[in-house]
Amino acid sequence: MGLRIFLGLWLSAVIIFGFSLPMVAQPQHWYDLPIIPGLAEKARIIFFHVPTAWLSVLAFLSSLFYAVRYLRKKEPIDDIKSASSAGIGFLFCFLATVTGAIWAKFSWGTYWNWDPRQTSIFVLLLIYGAYFALRSAVEVEEKRASLSAVYAIIGGVTMPFFMFIMPRILASLHPEPLLNAQGKVHMNTMMLIVFLASLAGFTALYYWMWSLHVRAERIHYQRSQIHGGASRD
Amino acid sequence: MINTSTSMQAANARRWLRSVVAIFLKDWRSELRTRYAFSALGMFVVTTIAIILFSLGSEGAPPDALSGMLWVVIFFAAMSGLARTFVTEEERGTAATLQLLSPGSAVYFGKLLFNLALVTLLNVVTVSLYALFISGFVIQTGSIFAVTIILGSIGFAAAATIIAAIIARASTKGTLYPVLSFPILLPLLLTVINATRLAADGAFFQEAAGEFQLLISYIVVVITASVTVFDYVWKD
Repeated sequence: MGLRIFLGLWLSAVIIFGFSLPMVAQPQHWYDLPIIPGLAEKARIIFFHVPTAWLSVLAFLSSLFYAVRYLRKKEPIDDIKSASSAGIGFLFCFLATVTGAIWAKFSWGTYWNWDPRQTSIFVLLLIYGAYFALRSAVEVEEKRASLSAVYAIIGGVTMPFFMFIMPRILASLHPEPLLNAQGKVHMNTMMLIVFLASLAGFTALYYWMWSLHVRAERIHYQRSQIHGGASRD
Repeated sequence: MINTSTSMQAANARRWLRSVVAIFLKDWRSELRTRYAFSALGMFVVTTIAIILFSLGSEGAPPDALSGMLWVVIFFAAMSGLARTFVTEEERGTAATLQLLSPGSAVYFGKLLFNLALVTLLNVVTVSLYALFISGFVIQTGSIFAVTIILGSIGFAAAATIIAAIIARASTKGTLYPVLSFPILLPLLLTVINATRLAADGAFFQEAAGEFQLLISYIVVVITASVTVFDYVWKD
């Protein structure tokens, strides 16, 4: 309970600071954010877009981890954890795609132009979608768990190819203010603090949503074991 | 002592290889009897190329678009035929027998060989028809194109086999196959489309070396991952 309120306050602070801190050319006060050339006020998206993108990948990796564990140990709880993580990852992946597209409209002039980053997030979205399509098509629980685990693994091993393929097709216009090729950080201390606070807050939010989801699903599962799978409402 | 164990290993390997070939031949013969996949794939290719010709009308399309469209035809044709390999085992009720008689990896490689034969045939037919009827499609560097078709076929078969094994166990088999395959096949598709474009533009063979490396590593990764997890799909 206390942690939940703390998380709410934390994320509210991130939102307030993220939107209200002034952006100036020469930051002098502790609360000034620098103007990043070419981005200006649009750079504020980094506080919300990057954490969602980061979580969509983290949730997929966590889903993959529990998928492998399910195949090894065949514990139903691992399948619940894997599927719950994928569900939340899908949500964040969708948010990252939408916020990115809106930002692209104002920065690049179009919602969608198959930038390498857009393509790879789109494929992640497709893999999540296919994963849930597969889950809904298998009725037997054990079969559903192992089939979707296998699919997550096959998707997980082919995903990294995009890192090599995409640059060959189109140069990305996506800004990399945090870690660019030169390893230089364009952000000043204040911006970095808000960004990292947002990253931490969103990760905690993911963990909280995930553990809630796992608890609810576990109760559903136990009830269905008791009632012979009849009631699941 | 060492001698007997190595000779036993060799005997096991021979037996394994025999099962692989036997499963491939079994599928091949039953395919020759029903010709289900052949006719499905063939009709699909003819239909799709006809639609492309109708939609183009008298207009020509740029070579870049045409080399992309070739793989659209191949992708959807493959999706219509390759799922059968495992679905037939489920429908005939022969999956359990096959599970008892041969190790999982032998089943996987047997089915992979059969799918490879189908995809190769499909690609040969598609490319010949495509080159024959679509006049704007000219390949200038034949060597790049040939290697692309060969590696592309292997990669297609590799990804299609494990997805086919997965969907054979699901209830909505037909519609699910392209949905599950597309994200897995996309890295392969993008690379072969790129390589075909290079071949159409008349690039030197060395220029496509990066594409070939990608294709080979894709094949190795997908087959390795598939063999590792195949038993979880195949065994009950």
